[in-house]
Amino acid sequence: MRIPIESYVLDNGLRVTLSADRRTPIVAVNIWYHVGSANERAGRTGFAHLFEHMLFQGSAHVGANEHFELIQRAGGTLNGSTWLDRTNYFESVPSNQLEVALWLEADRMGRLLAAMTQEKLDTQRDVVKNERRWSVDNQPYGTWWERLPALTFPEEHPFHHSLIGSMDDLSAASLEDIATFFRTFYTPDNAVLTIAGDFEPAGAQAFVERHFGAIPRGAGRPPLPPMDVPRRFGGWVRQIVEDDVSAPRLFLAFRSPTLGSDDYHVASTCAAILGMRRGSRLHQSLVREQQLASSATAFTYDLSKGTDLLVVDATARPDVSSDALEKAVAAEVDQIHERGVTDSEVQRAVALIETDFVCLMQSAGDRADKLSMFATYFGNPALINDEVSRYRAVTAAQVSAFARERLGADNRASLLYVPRVGATEAVRPSGAAA
Amino acid sequence: MTASVKPTPGRARAYAFPAFERRRLSNGLTLIVASIEALPVVTVHITFDAGAVLDPAGREGTALLTAASLAEGTTSIDGATLAERFEQLGTSLDTGADWDAAWCKCTVLATRLPAVLTLLADVVQAPALADREVERLRDERLAELLQLRMEPRGLADDMFARFIYTPSARYAKPDGGNEASVPSITRDDVSRFHATRYTPATTTLIVVGDTNVEVVEALVVECFGQWAGSAGARAATPDTPAPGVRSVHVIARADAPQSELRIGHVGIPRHHPDYLSVFVMNAILGGLFSSRINLNLRERHAYTYGAFSRVDARRDAGPFEISTAVHSTVTAAAVREVLNEIDRIRDEPVSADELSLATAYLDGVFPIRFETTAAVATALANVQIFGLADDYYDRYRGDVRAMTRERVQAAARDHLHPDRMQIVIVGDPATVVGPLTALVTGPVHVRDAAGVPSV
Repeated sequence: MRIPIESYVLDNGLRVTLSADRRTPIVAVNIWYHVGSANERAGRTGFAHLFEHMLFQGSAHVGANEHFELIQRAGGTLNGSTWLDRTNYFESVPSNQLEVALWLEADRMGRLLAAMTQEKLDTQRDVVKNERRWSVDNQPYGTWWERLPALTFPEEHPFHHSLIGSMDDLSAASLEDIATFFRTFYTPDNAVLTIAGDFEPAGAQAFVERHFGAIPRGAGRPPLPPMDVPRRFGGWVRQIVEDDVSAPRLFLAFRSPTLGSDDYHVASTCAAILGMRRGSRLHQSLVREQQLASSATAFTYDLSKGTDLLVVDATARPDVSSDALEKAVAAEVDQIHERGVTDSEVQRAVALIETDFVCLMQSAGDRADKLSMFATYFGNPALINDEVSRYRAVTAAQVSAFARERLGADNRASLLYVPRVGATEAVRPSGAAA
Repeated sequence: MTASVKPTPGRARAYAFPAFERRRLSNGLTLIVASIEALPVVTVHITFDAGAVLDPAGREGTALLTAASLAEGTTSIDGATLAERFEQLGTSLDTGADWDAAWCKCTVLATRLPAVLTLLADVVQAPALADREVERLRDERLAELLQLRMEPRGLADDMFARFIYTPSARYAKPDGGNEASVPSITRDDVSRFHATRYTPATTTLIVVGDTNVEVVEALVVECFGQWAGSAGARAATPDTPAPGVRSVHVIARADAPQSELRIGHVGIPRHHPDYLSVFVMNAILGGLFSSRINLNLRERHAYTYGAFSRVDARRDAGPFEISTAVHSTVTAAAVREVLNEIDRIRDEPVSADELSLATAYLDGVFPIRFETTAAVATALANVQIFGLADDYYDRYRGDVRAMTRERVQAAARDHLHPDRMQIVIVGDPATVVGPLTALVTGPVHVRDAAGVPSV
C-alpha cells in the first residue's frame, strides 16, 4: 500500500502536497502552521489556542461564524487543534467543493485581520475559559495535561507551560497581540497545505495558485529558544496532587527519542509492548492478574523537538493504595528495564501498529493530516510510505537497549493523583456494597 | 489577493452506499457481506439481540457484563492467550453492548480474515465466562460507578435518566447497571444470559472490506455452521416516562466552576414515522455547530464551550436531551435561553436558510460518514437492529432533501414538550439555586450525588 504523493513549493514559501485517490468523491484540505504554545511569550500562556479560535471568526471576505456555516452547508466536516509546536486546520468536503475550502483557508491565511474585532476576541476568550473549566478545572484528574509538562520540562523551556493557558493570561490577551501573532506566524512560508482524496491534479494546482499565490511571504519568524534537554531527568522527579477523585492515578514519564529521530520507532514499540491494548504487559499484570488497576496503558507524546516523553498511565482500583499502585508500576518498568523484551512481543506491537496505520489511511482527512505532519517536521511528506517498514525493522535487541538506557530510576518523573481525604466517603451511596 | 467571492462548486459526483448481500445459514445465522476494495482491510462486526433492555429485573448490568466477559477467554483458550492471539493478528477484540444490541467486532488486514473468524467463532460459541474474570469485570464496573459520582458529566447523564423515566423503567438506570443491581449479578446470570441471547437465529455476522461474499460464506459456514441454540423468550421492560411537570433538580457539587446541564424529556422510538422530521428539526435546534442552541449559548453569549441537543431514538423511546456545561454564574440565564429556543422553534417555522443548511449538510456529508469499513459495518448493524429497509441508506439523501419547513414545525410541536421538561444541573447550589428559583415557577430540588434530597 503506497500513498501517492506530489509535492512542490509556491514562490511565497507555501509547501503543497497533493495525494489523489479518485475512488470516493471526498476531498480533504489540511493546513499546518508551524506554531503552537511553545511560541507564546511570557504572560500569554494559552494564546496560540485562543488564536486558533479567532481563525473561525471570519476574514476579509467571510463573515462572523460564516466559516463553519459555509463548510457545513457544503456538506463538510471541519475543525482545528492547537498543540505544543503546531496548529492545524482541516476540513473534509464533497470533492466538488474543493475550491470553496481552499478559498476559505486562503482568505484567513492572507486577510484575517480585517475581520478581527474586540467583541469577537472577548467572546472567544470567554469560550476558551469555559473550555478550560470543562476539560481541566471541573474534571477529575483534569489538570494532568498541565501538570505533566510542567513537571517534565524546565521552567524556561517552551514546552513547560500550560497549552490552554491560565485565566489571568487569557484575560490579558489583546487585539494587538492578535495582529502581531498573525503577522509573525500565520504566513505561507510557515505553513504546509495538503490536499488528499478526489481531485484532478492540474485543477487543484490551479486553485492553489489562484487563491494562495498572491499571499506575501512572511518576514521570518523568531527561532524557538534552545529546546534540548538532557536525555534523562537525572533522578526521580515526583509530584503528588490531592483531587476530587475516587481512586489514585499515576502518570509516570520518561524522556525518550524525539519523533523523527532514529530511535523513535523503537521507543514507540516499547510503549506498545508495555501498554497498548489488553495483551500488553501493564494490562495483563496490573489489571488482569493482580487486579490492582482498572486501567493501565502507555503512550508517547510524539514531540519532534528537544525530547519526547514515554508515559505510563495507570488508574488504581478504588480500594488500592497509591503506594501499591506505584510499586506495581515500578515493578513492571524495572522488569522491562533490566530484562528487555522478546521477539514475540515486538511482533505483537508491530502488528497492532501496522493495522492501526492502514485503518487510519481509509480516511482522507487522516491521510492529509499525516502528510502535513511529515511535511512540517521533516520537510518530506513521502516519509508516510516508510512508516510501516520502519516499524517492521525494529528488533527486540533495539527495544531492550532502549529500555535499558531510558527506563531506569534515573529517568523518571511521576505525577500521582490521590483522593482527597474524605472525598470518596462523601459520595459513596449508603447501603451499596463496598 | 484572494478572490472576494466564494467560488462556485463544481458538479457533484455520484456516490452510493456500498452494495451488500444478505444470506442465511441453515442454523438461522444471518450473514451480510459488502465488498470494498479500497484498502486491504476487513471489518467483522457480529451483532446480537442481547442489549441492556433484556437485563433481568434487579440484575441490570447483566448484558454489558456478559459482553465484556466474552473477551476474557474461551473453554479452550485462557484470557491472556486469547488477547495475545488477536493482537498477534494485529487487531483487538472489541466486545460490548448498549441498549439494543451486543457486539463482537474487530478490523484486520484482509489476509488475516480466516484466522480471525476462527477465533471469533470460539469466543461466541464457547466463552469460558470464568468466575474470576466475571467478578473482576463486575468490580471494575463498581469502580466506574464510584468515579461517576465524582465526575460531573457522567453524573448529569445518570441523574437526567432518573428524572425523565419512572423508577421501574429500564431506561431510568444506566445501561451498565447501578450500585444496587451490579453487586447481585453472578456468573450464573451471565452464563444464562449468554445461553439464551447469543444464538444463531438472533445474530447477524457482518463482514465489510476487501473480500467477497462467496469466500466469506464458505469461511462462516466452516466456523459457525455447527452453532446451535435457541433464544429464550424476549421480554423487555416497557419504558414509561415519568409523569411530570417541568422540574428543576440541582445535584450538589460545592464550588463547581461550571454547571453541567441536561434538559429534556422522553423522546421517540426509532421506528416512529416522524423520525426523520424530528432528526432534521433537532439538527437545526441543536445538532449542528451552527444550530440555534449552540450559536446562542456559545457564540452569542459565551456561556459555554459547546451546547447541543440529541434525539436518542432507541428501539423504544430514548431521551430527547439538550446538553451543555456553562460557567456557574450564568446557569439560570443559560436555562432561560434554552427554554426560549424550545418555545421559538415550536411557535414559528424555521427559516428557509436554516432548513437548507441542515439538509445540505446531511445530504452532502453522507459519503464522509462511510469512509471506513467499520463505519459501513455499523450502519449495516443498524439496519438489522432497527429493522430498517434494505434501501434505507440509498433513499436517505433524497428523503432529507424533501424535508419541508412545515414538517419541521410539526415535529417541534408534536415532539417537544416544554411543560414536561426536566432540568438537571450538576453544580454549586450556593451559586445556582437563588437565580434558578427566581427564574422558574415550581420547586427547585437539591440532591446529593447519590440522588438523595438535601434537607
